Amino acid sequence: MATAMNGGDGAVATPRLELRGISKKFPGVLANDRVSLSVAPGEIHALLGENGAGKSTLVKMIYGVLHPDAGEMFWHGEPVTVPDPHTARKLGIGLIFQHFSLFEAMTVLENIALGVDDATDMKSLAQRVRDVSRAYGLPLDPHREVHTLSVGERQRIEIVRCLLQSPQLLIMDEPTSVLTPQEVERLFETLRQLSKEGVSILYISHKLEEIKALCDRATILRGGRVVAECDPEKETAKSMAQMMIGAELRTLSRRAPRGESREARLKVKGLNLEADHAFGVSLKDIGFAVAPGEIFGIAGVAGNGQTELFEALTGERIAAMPHDVTIDGKPAGRLGAAARRRLGMCSVPEERNGHAAVPEMTLVENFVLSGYRRMKLLRRGFLRADAAAELAGRVVEKFNVKTPGTGASAGSLSGGNLQKYIVGREIVQEPGVLVVSQPTWGVDAGAATAIHQALFTLAEKGTAVVVISQDLDELLTLSDRLAVINLGTLSRSMVTAEASIDEIGLLMGGLHGMTEHQPAHGRKGGAHVA
Amino acid sequence: MLPRIERRRELDHRMFYLSPVLAVALTIVTGFLLFLAMGYDPLQGVFHFFVSPLLSGYGLAELGLKAGPLILIGVGLALGFRANVWNIGAEGQLTMGAVAGGGIALALWGVDGFWVLPLMCLAGILGGMAYAAIPAFLKARFDVNEILTSLMLTYVATLFLSMLVYGPWRDPMGFNFPQSRMFTESAILPVVLAGTRLHLGVIVALLVAVTGWVLMTRTIIGFQIRVVGQAPAAAAFAGFSRTRMIWLTLMTSGGLAGLAGLFEVAGPIGQLIPVITPGYGFTAIIVAFLGRLNPLGIIPAGLIMALSYIGGENAQVEVGTPQAMTGVFQGMLLFFLLASDFLVRYRIRLQAPGTPAAARAEAPAE
Repeated sequence: MATAMNGGDGAVATPRLELRGISKKFPGVLANDRVSLSVAPGEIHALLGENGAGKSTLVKMIYGVLHPDAGEMFWHGEPVTVPDPHTARKLGIGLIFQHFSLFEAMTVLENIALGVDDATDMKSLAQRVRDVSRAYGLPLDPHREVHTLSVGERQRIEIVRCLLQSPQLLIMDEPTSVLTPQEVERLFETLRQLSKEGVSILYISHKLEEIKALCDRATILRGGRVVAECDPEKETAKSMAQMMIGAELRTLSRRAPRGESREARLKVKGLNLEADHAFGVSLKDIGFAVAPGEIFGIAGVAGNGQTELFEALTGERIAAMPHDVTIDGKPAGRLGAAARRRLGMCSVPEERNGHAAVPEMTLVENFVLSGYRRMKLLRRGFLRADAAAELAGRVVEKFNVKTPGTGASAGSLSGGNLQKYIVGREIVQEPGVLVVSQPTWGVDAGAATAIHQALFTLAEKGTAVVVISQDLDELLTLSDRLAVINLGTLSRSMVTAEASIDEIGLLMGGLHGMTEHQPAHGRKGGAHVA
Repeated sequence: MLPRIERRRELDHRMFYLSPVLAVALTIVTGFLLFLAMGYDPLQGVFHFFVSPLLSGYGLAELGLKAGPLILIGVGLALGFRANVWNIGAEGQLTMGAVAGGGIALALWGVDGFWVLPLMCLAGILGGMAYAAIPAFLKARFDVNEILTSLMLTYVATLFLSMLVYGPWRDPMGFNFPQSRMFTESAILPVVLAGTRLHLGVIVALLVAVTGWVLMTRTIIGFQIRVVGQAPAAAAFAGFSRTRMIWLTLMTSGGLAGLAGLFEVAGPIGQLIPVITPGYGFTAIIVAFLGRLNPLGIIPAGLIMALSYIGGENAQVEVGTPQAMTGVFQGMLLFFLLASDFLVRYRIRLQAPGTPAAARAEAPAE
């Protein structure tokens, strides 16, 4: 029913969704402060804001997961309350979360059946899935098991699941952060088609270029308030970013290219690693080398061996042979994480809470976690609390971490602030090699810029930096050279300035034909130190 | 209306530490009602259970005597629990410590020397450690659940002790009673308070608690234990070895339990008998949690649980309650503690199941 609806009836169309003065308070913070917003039928409306600006809170209230303390919500001009997501779906609101909720061991169809409210028999559901996926260019085999699918395909399941309910408003939370450029283009086509058919789309993203390309209007939130509404086409990415963070954006200063062919600080050669669980990825013959002062990027769609590669590099998992990983000329393949840190390797894992930091512990304790050896924080087995507190304070100050103090628990910091702290913690240890995974995942624009700048500065001092990221834009900004990981295999390394986006995209999508023209690409990677 | 359980956003630290106090209060109130229901004078019951043991010097000494092993074992267990290593078999390690240390006492029967007692203590510690090494090895090597192995080994240990005192170690002059010879003078712990049974063990227990606290809060080992327990992935990131923590915590808790067992046989008992503990090894689990897994908190927790033993006996004598009362009170205390802890971390919310918006006139209250 919804997909057939059309835009305006009469001169002034009733907005499909209208929020008036929505407020929501959590203990200690006003997450939403009198937010008003309207989305017309068939409109693609961007919701922009830094982390902690209140975007997710607002979306959760629209979808009935949270309930506003004040304000009104209108649906086709009628006042409504949405007590729960079930009601939201009945109204015609669909939400696609940033992180998918799919059962890996079940088929596409079974996963969809679980999320559909009205019970139907599997056969007719399969037919409906096929119809919807054909109509919107979302190719999907209902009988494939989810763990065999790429991230892009998994997202399609979520979208199809939503479309089966014939939504009139589709909310998408950072949908492109895990997709290849080609997959992003395809998603946009689907969204544009939906919009033409009258479906409204509320599109949450921090990728300003995408918003410019896709959205009709944008509402910008800052500190829980609407600070601006604009037409993205008329704005520049920079002007929107400034409205979003309310200050001048720092621009990245790039250093001059370094001199060539100094001895590589990190060398990886012929690294193989078996997957350690059913849905893991085995690494096959990984090879690359990173020179002092160089930033080496590893691109790829999530779940192609990035986690395993990170663990193999940092020593959380130990390699088969000592010379699989060499740090400053010393064989480190058989060494654990602590021993590799002693050789000068620091790292920043992707997951902030529980991996890079212990959420219940204070910032000082979290400094001790990775820094006690290099920063000599032990005296005969006793922790030097003063020295640790001083260093933690230095990180907070130098990296502009917003926190009531170094005694605050890591879990109480916002994502961006904690990330700045964690990256800063490794940087003050002046590592010889730094391995960073997803340095700006879920981090606001201001913090992302600060982290990128910090990585540049570190490289300038001669550190070899490895950045593993799914965000291709980030790698294009940061890295001197990059390679693509797909199904546990690393492509040849390319000089970023000369790399073609199309080729990278194809490699990310798993077109192995491209790499086979480069025999033994992995091992050779080390030879092209830029 | 369907009740729903939600995790609280922030842990309220004040409530976290108040929860044991609340649990004790609820136990007393429920105990009052229980005495009433069973036809005893509830005021008398509560008085003789919780108050009168504290009114005499002898009662206080007995309190320390019973709190000693509970604190000693509780501190060891708490270190393990902090690292997510669940040693439930302290009772067995205690028994094996008593066997090893008691064995030395019997072997050196009649030998006079200041070194006999330290040697026994060492043997007691090593006995408990060796017995905890079995679950430690199985967990570290094959990832076998230590809760099951350590618990099952407890029953093996008590049967082993029985085998010894019914068999080879039985006192030849003991009229066939299943008990060993009484230990000689140099194998008996000195009493610290004349006229009572309070021995050196209680001082050792307090020192161990303080040391445990320093270890947990000031040293890298305590830090590693906490990280391994709270965030295993972060421990891997930092390069802390999980295997090492398994061995370390099981060796510590096993050794302390073994020492506590030796203190029992070299202290108030003075010989080996088939049953050497009223379940200290199990009660110490409650003590560890009641003390918030904090070695200093375990001191008052140990005293409270010791009171439940003495109070149970006292009420048995004065009011005529059954012996099972001690177990009932300990069980209630643990139950109320777990319930309070749960409510500190979670809230229960009554909420109507989802209905279409049209059907409801007003928004549901948050």
